[in-house]
Amino acid sequence: MTAALPLVLTVFVACAVEAIEALTIVLAAGLTRQWRSTFQGMAAALLVLAAVVGVLGPTITLLPLTALRLVIGALLAIFGLQWLRKAILRATGYKALHDEASAYLREVAAAKAAPEVAKRGISDWYAFTLAFKGVLLEGLEVVFIVITFGDNQRDLGAAVVGAAIAVVVVAVTGIAVRAPLAKVPENAMKFAVGIMLTSFGTFWGAEGAGVRWPGGDAALLVLVPAVAAVSLGYAAWLQRAARLGAAPGPSATSSPAAAPGPAPVTKSEEVTG
Amino acid sequence: MLRALKSFGAFWYDFVIGDDWQVAVFVVAALALTALLTHVAGVNAWWLIPLAAFAVLAWSLRRATSGKS
Repeated sequence: MTAALPLVLTVFVACAVEAIEALTIVLAAGLTRQWRSTFQGMAAALLVLAAVVGVLGPTITLLPLTALRLVIGALLAIFGLQWLRKAILRATGYKALHDEASAYLREVAAAKAAPEVAKRGISDWYAFTLAFKGVLLEGLEVVFIVITFGDNQRDLGAAVVGAAIAVVVVAVTGIAVRAPLAKVPENAMKFAVGIMLTSFGTFWGAEGAGVRWPGGDAALLVLVPAVAAVSLGYAAWLQRAARLGAAPGPSATSSPAAAPGPAPVTKSEEVTG
Repeated sequence: MLRALKSFGAFWYDFVIGDDWQVAVFVVAALALTALLTHVAGVNAWWLIPLAAFAVLAWSLRRATSGKS
């Protein structure tokens, strides 16, 4: 179990971030509309997710490990670099922080405005579809993380344990406080996950391409701190550049959400987190 | 049906590729080069992917903060 601890922790943090985003949507649907349809939407999404895992899980384990590591490594490296990029831009104020409280308020406003329509045996179709989409989309991300990490390490059980603990912890906390988990340091968690995804993706991708790492698996003990150090260095570089006026951004991290930099990154960030 | 497929594809594109598709292209190119060096030239190029990842992250951040992303 000790050997699987880094895997469990990585999957736990990554899945906790996704679970927090799903919780925000479910709470908005349940508290402003009605819980019955919200739970039905959640249950339908969980059934679809179970089907996806049932089909994808065994199929992926049939692939040869080298091919699997090349493809999954590439995906994880791309995915991880994307998370790191966002986290660094947010930490340095060039991009607004993802705010669960304001995301919740937006969902609540939209939920209150929508009319209550019964459809296909569901008494509130809006609450159903809102919960279904939220749980399905965030759940697919959890499934992706669990399957890629679990299969590559040939320890799907440990990855499932990490994800299950994350979902349970977030769900129990959400039920207890009945509010979005706005005080969770989401960007710091995303920064950490970005470092782990990039490191593991780089490691597995290179192995899949035929590389033999010096020291074997122990190379990860150097790779993870190296990715962390370089990422923190880039964050410091952007902050310094902003202060010196080379790239006239905000003043460090004092108010990153309120003071976006000169070139806000576009696209569907508020949806994807 | 087509709309559902489109949104499913858009979700995965946004999920994996994200805001900067050039990062994805760079990573795939670096992996291909690593495979070539390893299998054709016989060089154990373990250093290439980490260097490529650091370089493309710096490049992408630079573009994002200078309005070219």
